[in-house]
Amino acid sequence: MTAPSEPPPASSTKGKPGIIEQAKDWIDYRMPIFTFMEHELNEYPTPKNLNYWWNFGSLAGIVLVIMIVTGIVLAMNYTPHVDHAFDSVERIMRDVNYGWLIRYVHMNGASMFFLVVYIHIFRGLYFGSYKPPRELLWWLGIVILLLMMMTSFMGYVLPWGQMSFWGATVITNLFSAIPLIGDAIVTWLWGGFSVGNPTLQRFFSLHYLLPFVIIGVVFLHLWALHTHGSNNPLGIDRKSAKDSIPFHPYYTIKDLYGLGVFLIFYMGIVFFAPNALGEAENYVPANPLLTPLEIVPEWYLLPYYAILRSVPDIAIPFTGIVLMEAKLAGVIAMFGSILILFALPWLDWSPVRSARFRPITKQLFWIFVVVCVVLGWVGANKPEGWPLIIGRIGTAYYFAYFLVLMPLLAKFEKTRPLPESISEPVLRDRGESGE
Amino acid sequence: MSQTAEGTAPQGPAGDDSQTRRDFLTLATVTVGAAGAGLAVWPLIDTWNPAADTLALSSVELDIKAIEPGQRITVKWRGKPVFVDRRTPERIKQARADDGAKMPDPQADKDRVKKAEWLVLVGICTHLGCVPLGQKTGQPRGDYGGWFCPCHGSHYDVSGRIRKGPAPNNLEVPEYSFLNETTLRIG
Repeated sequence: MTAPSEPPPASSTKGKPGIIEQAKDWIDYRMPIFTFMEHELNEYPTPKNLNYWWNFGSLAGIVLVIMIVTGIVLAMNYTPHVDHAFDSVERIMRDVNYGWLIRYVHMNGASMFFLVVYIHIFRGLYFGSYKPPRELLWWLGIVILLLMMMTSFMGYVLPWGQMSFWGATVITNLFSAIPLIGDAIVTWLWGGFSVGNPTLQRFFSLHYLLPFVIIGVVFLHLWALHTHGSNNPLGIDRKSAKDSIPFHPYYTIKDLYGLGVFLIFYMGIVFFAPNALGEAENYVPANPLLTPLEIVPEWYLLPYYAILRSVPDIAIPFTGIVLMEAKLAGVIAMFGSILILFALPWLDWSPVRSARFRPITKQLFWIFVVVCVVLGWVGANKPEGWPLIIGRIGTAYYFAYFLVLMPLLAKFEKTRPLPESISEPVLRDRGESGE
Repeated sequence: MSQTAEGTAPQGPAGDDSQTRRDFLTLATVTVGAAGAGLAVWPLIDTWNPAADTLALSSVELDIKAIEPGQRITVKWRGKPVFVDRRTPERIKQARADDGAKMPDPQADKDRVKKAEWLVLVGICTHLGCVPLGQKTGQPRGDYGGWFCPCHGSHYDVSGRIRKGPAPNNLEVPEYSFLNETTLRIG
């Protein structure tokens, strides 16, 4: 967003500038959009040691675009009414040209979006990308995650199958746990006394709106990113121009290569296992009088669902006095499991960003990853027997990791020495003394 | 390319635009990418074409037993009005007599019908898409006894041919067939 400091450059290069060149200069002098694009997409200096874990941000952006494009086309053929929603989706699947393909791309795109975003978040956790000066960048990312969850939940309601209906019922009922005004809030969310047509129509409207809100927050996320540039696997600041390379062509090529690999995986699911990640029950039309035997959310929400169901009544031991019922405590824990991420930059105040130089952090991080996956498994099972016990242990570790282990590590962990610069370890390993 | 060519295969002299292996790879990659993008975009575009259920409704069958000579009826086909006119012998004679008259879109009456008695037309003015009058008794039928479009004053004759006014073409004859003596199938 630099202002132009001089009038359009004279034709200093060989020969006269072409008509396109002149048009670019004319526009750029009045609104420096080409300078901006050149600055932020072409020459944008990027750490030269980024590994493939840094591909997932751009992948998330591309999946967002795929979701919006396919979603707009689906909306042209979808009817948000309880009497027509299910049939209109079936019509998309059977009658609309390529409707099956576009719906499968959209449906599995939600899973792919969460997959790449979760990897993106774990990468940020591992390499300390939430630490100064990137706290706002991290916060904006969490806002995007929350918006994604709302959007995906509402999108899942639209086909108006059994899982749509009962998922909507269960999730909206979470708000009934709020003391005093809970029931009033739930009625307000429904626009009636149960999940019904008003609910479906407002969910459709918001499902269309929120992705564009996400785009807005993504721009803020990128603005914050480009202010200080990407973190890197070493987690140290760049010291000289030698530590950077221009974004184009180096990372455009690397991102495109990663995109190719990702699309093979994504389209593999779309074409060969399009319903593997979904619930067969959702191909049964919604029936408000019959709850399915088991209600499970989509896989990407399972860990939170596990936390919700793992929390027992909060009571004073041996007295039987219940301070907080399990219902409310579970809801607080579930929302808290995401909101706690906002506090991360202050829970982990160690100046060393990358877990590569934090031997204990590294181990506890991988345990945390495993715990998240296990919580996902717990969420897919009934909360009794082993799943319940494992779910409680996992929930305890989830919160202890942030609230106890991180502050302790920040204070007591003995970190390994950081390299002098980004270039230094590379040159040292090769036994070279610079260029 | 020159700034990224460091350490690659031998280049031509500085400033030489001769093609290199890298140029070939770039061109090949961009071509494959563009083809892939085109293939990916086509399904999105094709969703706007009529869906299978729309196409399944693209023909209608009509019982013509009850239509009297001289009676005109309108049926809906693909969302458009279709005029079915059971012509009297006088009208047929009049239509055939006019075959040689001067008109913007000359066509013989026998080429516009399968059975002289039954004239089947898409009831949409070829000017700007209004529905011409003349189907009901009492409606103006224009100067030639066929149909009259009230939007911009096009006159069609008893064979549905444009005779006067801004419309460029005769009223369209849809695809139709007689399944038997009493059943007409349009589409």
